[in-house]
Amino acid sequence: MAKRTVTVDPVTRIEGHLRIQADMDGSGAITRASSSGTMVRGVEIILRGRDPRDAWAFAQRICGVCTLVHGIASVRAVEDALHYPIPRNAEIIRNLMIAAQFVHDHVMHFYHLHALDWVDVVSALKGDPLKASALAQSISNYPQSSPGYFAGVKDKLKRFVDSGQLGIFANGYWGNPGYRLPPEANLMAVAHYLDALAWQREVAKLHAIFGGKNPHPNFVVGGAPTAISVGPDQKGAGATALNMTGLEIVHGVIGEIRRFVDQVYVPDTLAIAGFYKDWFRTGEGVGNFLSYGEFPEKSINDIGSFMIPRGAIINRDLAHVEKIDLRDPQQVQEFVAHSWYSYSTGKDSGLHPFAGQTTLDYTGPKPPYQSLDMDASYSWIKSPRWKGKVMEVGPLARVLVAYAQGNQEVRELVGMALHHLDLPPQALFSTMGRTAARTLESKWIADAMEGWYQELMGNIRKGDLKTFNETLWEPHSWPARAEGVGFTEAPRGALAHWVVISAGLIENYQAVVPSTWNAGPRDAAGREGPYEASLRGLKLAVADQPLEILRTIHSFDPCIACAVHIVDPEGTERLQVKVV
Amino acid sequence: MADETIVDVLMRRGLTRRAFMQLCATVTAALALSPADAAEMTKRLEYTPRPTVVYLSYQECTGCLESLTRSFSPGLASLIFNDISLAFNDTLQAAAGKAAESAKDTAMKDAWGKYVLIVDGSVPLPQNGAYCTVAGRSAVSDLKHAASGAAAVVAVGTCAAFGGLPYASPNPTGAVPVSEIVRDRPIINVSGCPPIAEVITGVVIYYTTFGLPALDHLHRPTNFYGNSIHDRCYRRPFYDRGMFAKTFDDEGARQGWCLFELGCKGPITHNACPTMKWNGGTSFPIESGHPCLGCSEPDFWDKGGFYRPLSAPTGHWSRAGVIGGAAAAGAVAGLGVAAVARSYQNRARKGRPSDPDQKNPKP
Repeated sequence: MAKRTVTVDPVTRIEGHLRIQADMDGSGAITRASSSGTMVRGVEIILRGRDPRDAWAFAQRICGVCTLVHGIASVRAVEDALHYPIPRNAEIIRNLMIAAQFVHDHVMHFYHLHALDWVDVVSALKGDPLKASALAQSISNYPQSSPGYFAGVKDKLKRFVDSGQLGIFANGYWGNPGYRLPPEANLMAVAHYLDALAWQREVAKLHAIFGGKNPHPNFVVGGAPTAISVGPDQKGAGATALNMTGLEIVHGVIGEIRRFVDQVYVPDTLAIAGFYKDWFRTGEGVGNFLSYGEFPEKSINDIGSFMIPRGAIINRDLAHVEKIDLRDPQQVQEFVAHSWYSYSTGKDSGLHPFAGQTTLDYTGPKPPYQSLDMDASYSWIKSPRWKGKVMEVGPLARVLVAYAQGNQEVRELVGMALHHLDLPPQALFSTMGRTAARTLESKWIADAMEGWYQELMGNIRKGDLKTFNETLWEPHSWPARAEGVGFTEAPRGALAHWVVISAGLIENYQAVVPSTWNAGPRDAAGREGPYEASLRGLKLAVADQPLEILRTIHSFDPCIACAVHIVDPEGTERLQVKVV
Repeated sequence: MADETIVDVLMRRGLTRRAFMQLCATVTAALALSPADAAEMTKRLEYTPRPTVVYLSYQECTGCLESLTRSFSPGLASLIFNDISLAFNDTLQAAAGKAAESAKDTAMKDAWGKYVLIVDGSVPLPQNGAYCTVAGRSAVSDLKHAASGAAAVVAVGTCAAFGGLPYASPNPTGAVPVSEIVRDRPIINVSGCPPIAEVITGVVIYYTTFGLPALDHLHRPTNFYGNSIHDRCYRRPFYDRGMFAKTFDDEGARQGWCLFELGCKGPITHNACPTMKWNGGTSFPIESGHPCLGCSEPDFWDKGGFYRPLSAPTGHWSRAGVIGGAAAAGAVAGLGVAAVARSYQNRARKGRPSDPDQKNPKP
């Protein structure tokens, strides 16, 4: 086989615009892969000069898939800058909203974005409903597991395929030898693809109660926007969505989340992973992991109280977890050596977000183009580094940091999965390890939601209805100048926004987001980003079907609208953009 | 639009399904074909081709597609199994790269001139379109090509309809709405950030069932965007009585009073939120205590701040900069007699700069 280059553009079943170009040697193994973000909007430039209380709405639109994470990071950044404490009820409401987002996002990723890498829809047509039912009932007590149920799904699928209009399923890699599930497992997975599509609509109702809508629920600097309208002095029903009915909807959603995770998502992941155990040995990536931590049990400033711990793991060494300081100029830095930006400090320099800068500087080929020059700049995504190191963020990073710190729940979950699959802990450093970690942390988070709900109900019972702190709302109460960093764990990984406020307005704003960490291009030293590193050595079973590339890239759950962002901290207009 | 099949015609003329099966058997027997051929014939005749819908994404956040997946009536699965053939959407497409591109090209070719094109996201023009490319092609060339074979274009979300977030000042990437690129096809703007799920599915089903809906001056379907939020808001009686929440958890907030003083843009925003509500009728922003951002209107990002009351003196950043002018006049026209609002109006009149630099899209 001759050397060749495979290009996957667009990479589908992700958020946003991603291109993968991969060079292969004579044996068909990938020797060099390059990850390119091919869309830019300039959200941070748009944020400059605006009211910091408005920033969350702009920032939230960085992404509508992991909707809310940028809103959360933004209100926290402004609150951090202004030393603006929020009531505990608001913290609980945010925890519940973030948790619902996590599980919603992870389930949709697994069934609607990732599953078709492992599940052959056409093979499901050969699935025997009786066998599918027996399989489903052997792994779970999920009620929708009768032979009749699977026969119905099969019939629906058959009518769809017989119509000849395959739509989004057309030209899939059906029949590729890489698909290894038996027909009845494929049929079960297709049924759960449809079930998950219906389920996720219910989960979004939690956001609608607290934030008025989903996608893009509302937030407010200083607390939570929805006043609690249950109390002895309440006149009439339905004043706000957060009344007795709304609380019951929230409680019902928590139950639905836990039921689906326990009865469908966890058993399906373990069952499917069991057929693809070799994928626990490939796609390992860079081996460095970063988690900022999430779910304050007391307040956001009490990092020790977080349910998901903060820390960094270097070179797969689980014996040491390093501390992270988001304000330290030597820790988080962004590089642009292979990105379409220039720095006044030199193309090879790295800059901390408070001191960062961006100038759009497109040097790529004029569209339409066939290929990008991987030795030059090739992406709208920057290359973030922590203490100079390439870091992977996301579910695997969080699970590993918690595991390394001895978190009992996570140790039990990981132990259960490894025991079930008969695999050693090193298996986690892999494509399937990433996918499994996403499932395991979903259970960890789903199980925590009931506790927050009960805490909120307890506070209401005591008469504590406080959801907003009005004391620092008015800009005249703010210092002339303030800097803040707001962080969260987004479903795809560690996320932080840095804001500089001057005279009541945003002077500088920057987001360093999970998919920037994972999807970024090489740095000046030539070190690959995590996507790129994870593809090295991979082979395709069928030369013109990039199924294996998709499996590994999807295991990171790319979110490319998030990954691309730009900033100019000095308030000067440096854009070299000619608007035609 | 869907082509009528032979079966549709026969059924319309009173043929029962049983009689239709018998007819197929008789015809195949007459042609000396096998019973299997009869079954095949039945199948072929029976399936109405679903109208082809191609969904393309440019400078967007995928919030619009996410919203679509939340639709209850019809649900997304029902929509794509029964109502339309969703030929391409890059967030849901099974295949990637060349295979996905080829599936899209085939579907477009087969339904050339007839498919519905849904677009989300704005489109950047500078640098030969390099700020957004798909498979090496610029978004602008991709859109022009796809639109030239479309029967109609549905611009979903405020970015596609009016430019949205990328278009917000100072529009760093030179983004424009779909209507500035596509000029020779009917355009239906389904604005909102994102639009309500059932508004997206409702517009698609309306079009494939009845044809082009009635549109307002911004090319939005009047059956979803014909009323202001304020007109249909359940808190409107408190507005009329001058009872306002002053902060997010004061007595007024807990009693569900009007959010006008917290900056609500409901009076100048046309959308279906208060009636259809969100997420299966669960709530909508005002019911959950937050003022309306005005997200279905052009330039809502640049109208002076989300927490600045309407018709109050305006803010510091330029361009649209201000709500004071025509917008506030519209608000006040709808208000009635609330004393507090009158005082806002008076204050606004004194300190109001000239009319906003309106940047209406030209659909």
